[in-house]
Amino acid sequence: MSTEAHSIALAHHKDYRGSKFAIWLFLITEVILFGGMFLLYSVYRSEHAADFHRGAEELNTLLGSINTIILLTSSLTMALAIAGTHHGNRKLALWMLAVTVLCACGFLVIKYFEWGAKIHHGIYPGSARLAAFPKGEILFFGLYFTMAGVHGIHVLVGAVLLTVMFFRVLGQPHAKLSFVAGHGLQHAEGARLAIIDEQGTPLWKGDKIDTTIQRIDVKTKYWPVKQRFKVEDFNQLENAGLYWHIVDIIWIFLFPLFYLIT
Amino acid sequence: MAIPRHDEHVHPGAPDANEVNFYQYQGRWHGLASWIFSTDHKKIGLMYLTLMLVFFTVGMSLGFMIRLELFKPGQQFVSAQTYNSLFTLHGVIMIFLFVIPGLSASMGNFMLPIMIGAKDVQFPRLNLLSWWLFVTGALLAVTALFTGGGPPDTGWTFYAPYSIRTGTNVTLAAFAVFVLGFSSILTGLNFVTTIHRMRAPGMGFFKMPLFVWSIYATGWLQVVATPVIGITLVLIMVERSFGIGVFDPTKGGDPILYQHMFWIYSHPAVYIMILPGLGAISEVITVHARRTIFGYSFIAMSSIAIALFGSIVWAHHMFVSGNSLVANFVFSLLTMIVAIPSAVKVFNWVATLYKGSIQLETPMLYALAFIFIFMIGGFTGMMIGVLSVDVHVHDTYFIVGHFHYILFGGLGFAFFASLHHWFPKMFARMYHQVPSKIAWFLTFVGFNVLYGPMFILGWEGMPRRYWDYLPQYTHWHQVSTVGSWIMVAGILMMFINLIHSIKHGEECTDRNPWGGGRTLEWTVPSPPPLENFRDVPVVDRGPYDLAPHSEAK
Amino acid sequence: MSHDAGHHEEAHHEPVGYGQYFMTWFALVFLTAITVTAAGLHLGAISVLVALLIATVKASIVLWLFMHMKYEDATFHRLIAVMMVALAIFIGLTFTDTLFR
Repeated sequence: MSTEAHSIALAHHKDYRGSKFAIWLFLITEVILFGGMFLLYSVYRSEHAADFHRGAEELNTLLGSINTIILLTSSLTMALAIAGTHHGNRKLALWMLAVTVLCACGFLVIKYFEWGAKIHHGIYPGSARLAAFPKGEILFFGLYFTMAGVHGIHVLVGAVLLTVMFFRVLGQPHAKLSFVAGHGLQHAEGARLAIIDEQGTPLWKGDKIDTTIQRIDVKTKYWPVKQRFKVEDFNQLENAGLYWHIVDIIWIFLFPLFYLIT
Repeated sequence: MAIPRHDEHVHPGAPDANEVNFYQYQGRWHGLASWIFSTDHKKIGLMYLTLMLVFFTVGMSLGFMIRLELFKPGQQFVSAQTYNSLFTLHGVIMIFLFVIPGLSASMGNFMLPIMIGAKDVQFPRLNLLSWWLFVTGALLAVTALFTGGGPPDTGWTFYAPYSIRTGTNVTLAAFAVFVLGFSSILTGLNFVTTIHRMRAPGMGFFKMPLFVWSIYATGWLQVVATPVIGITLVLIMVERSFGIGVFDPTKGGDPILYQHMFWIYSHPAVYIMILPGLGAISEVITVHARRTIFGYSFIAMSSIAIALFGSIVWAHHMFVSGNSLVANFVFSLLTMIVAIPSAVKVFNWVATLYKGSIQLETPMLYALAFIFIFMIGGFTGMMIGVLSVDVHVHDTYFIVGHFHYILFGGLGFAFFASLHHWFPKMFARMYHQVPSKIAWFLTFVGFNVLYGPMFILGWEGMPRRYWDYLPQYTHWHQVSTVGSWIMVAGILMMFINLIHSIKHGEECTDRNPWGGGRTLEWTVPSPPPLENFRDVPVVDRGPYDLAPHSEAK
Repeated sequence: MSHDAGHHEEAHHEPVGYGQYFMTWFALVFLTAITVTAAGLHLGAISVLVALLIATVKASIVLWLFMHMKYEDATFHRLIAVMMVALAIFIGLTFTDTLFR
């Protein structure tokens, strides 16, 4: 198979570091996206401090705190899920992922009730009641609904993403090798594919390979153990985890700036 | 329908991927589908190029109509409302559908992996997604023309509070730009990662071609700055739909904050537009002056410096909007600094030309024109960076002249130079020489006759975006309009020549048709095979050194 | 910054024990309790500063431990720096306008 070493065509390496680098670039864009709204918040807060205080008093601090704890816990379970894969504990990983998704849903449910109550009381962008408030409070609630709304969309996307990851992890890890006619198969005619143990004894033998075979795919699914663990296997899960933590970090700032400035 | 990973495409029984050129390679898809679903950076680059040039032509036609309307005072062909939409669309199309993707999405896609010795970008499928997002954004923008309240009339800058109140289709247009921005972010992310991770063995950062440096700096700007316009447009859409009040003075909002957020992106955006052009000019000059570049590391670092300094000067677009004096002072000072790295480039190009063996091929003609025009654009930029000058010329034709010199004369001419420079590599043909030079001459003369008078008009007080004007401005408006006819003739001639030459130009299968090419794209076949290189090249010299590379097969 | 085939470079560190994550979570919950309490203390002008400070500490803990910044090299630390500097510049320079009107 020495011809393969020079052919780029089969250089099938997953670039774990490159993938992590890229996801961090994406997370930078997310932070700056929210940063624009934090910019508006900072300016308007500095100009309408008293109105922002009053607005914050209208918000339900208890529900906000519960949501904060929920998201922090979901960050824990996310980190535990990834740690589970590192330790070869697939079951833990799957359970923790499921809990993370549940936390995300819990967050959204509480948001739904929070906003429902607000709307019921006539406090929402464009409402007549809000229009009668002082300017600073109008801005406060405008920013509140927008920033929490955009954040909520990110929570929803995260929940969907992590559900997809759940099913991905179910099918992992596996290794796949491809041998294509013209790249290593041409000298294999008459040979057999076999699984051999450490002593060289074949455990299983396939049929002889003839010239009509164009390609052989070998897909191995294996139970992860610590010694065999490769970071690259759960690359996507780690990236999804990083996204989820950023969503948590955004809320870490949103919570005090809207709920706690009373 | 899963898009296969790049390395899973090798089709049993198909010819070896690298035996034929990338047009001939038969993968999983055939015909048109082999383009639409291709993750090959070369095909993606060409698709971008084609659609972008279509939009350029549309934008140019709009400009042509604007100049026709302005031939004399009073109404010539269109009403004032239509005129407002004309210049809005001209700006939106030119900026978001041509100049911002620009040389990055087109030539960057095609050339970047080859120049660093890679087989493709880091994330080929993400690259394809960027392309699809671009098409989607373009379709949405076109839809915004014909639905709802009609095409936006706010100017391409969508300033609040008018953009919140106008009945025209701002929401859809804003969403279109949002999608386009997402495309831009993903491309920038892809290119930055590619440059970090996929350079050939031996190619340290300071052995990369200067075009690659410029793509790198541009990629960072795309990642860091574009999200700001993303959120700004979301806020406009939310304002229009729900009335949150953040930019609405009747609810306590501050329209100037809209301008801050808009320009925090849109100023770095002009560097997204020009930087790849500056990189391409470096490539064209070294090849056609048969010299190694003068001051390589300075030019390389200047691209980074332009990206950095360009990100902190945005409020110079707002000097007369109501900024505090402190802000005006700070931003004016910072604006002076951003000229320095640009000047570094110009000095080094001139030093490269000095005692070079200058071949007056068409790409070099465009490059020389570029230096002249870019300098005028830059100088006038310095002028308006001075507060006392800007107070008089803001929102006049002086500004219009300035940014057309920088953007069109700058990126536009660099774009035309690149098209001619890399034409034989992409199409294995040479364009017809004589028409190309006539076209260049008409374009260059026409450009200056079109935009030069704008400085005079602006200095004399002619406001921009005005459908009608006082009779005293008629003379220079007419000169300018005639200039537009000459220039459009030149550009059309150039396009027709290039398009014709793709099929009927003289065959040119040389790997290095200009003779002076030393970067890696001139070592691969014309056109390149699917994965660019048969073997991974090993880099052991600087990008413009005169010694040959270890020969790639 | 010469590049070799990606997967040779990874610093394979020992996997982080579960316990560290629980401690991190506990610290975050504790800080949340602090910040909620501080909000009720009527600290006046510095209340925002205190809230922001605690939030920054919490975010840093998530970054450092949950997001593994502790185990990453300078490249990733620089990415974080780029992010923070960009935000600081955008907000800071805007304030040169709004603060002095």
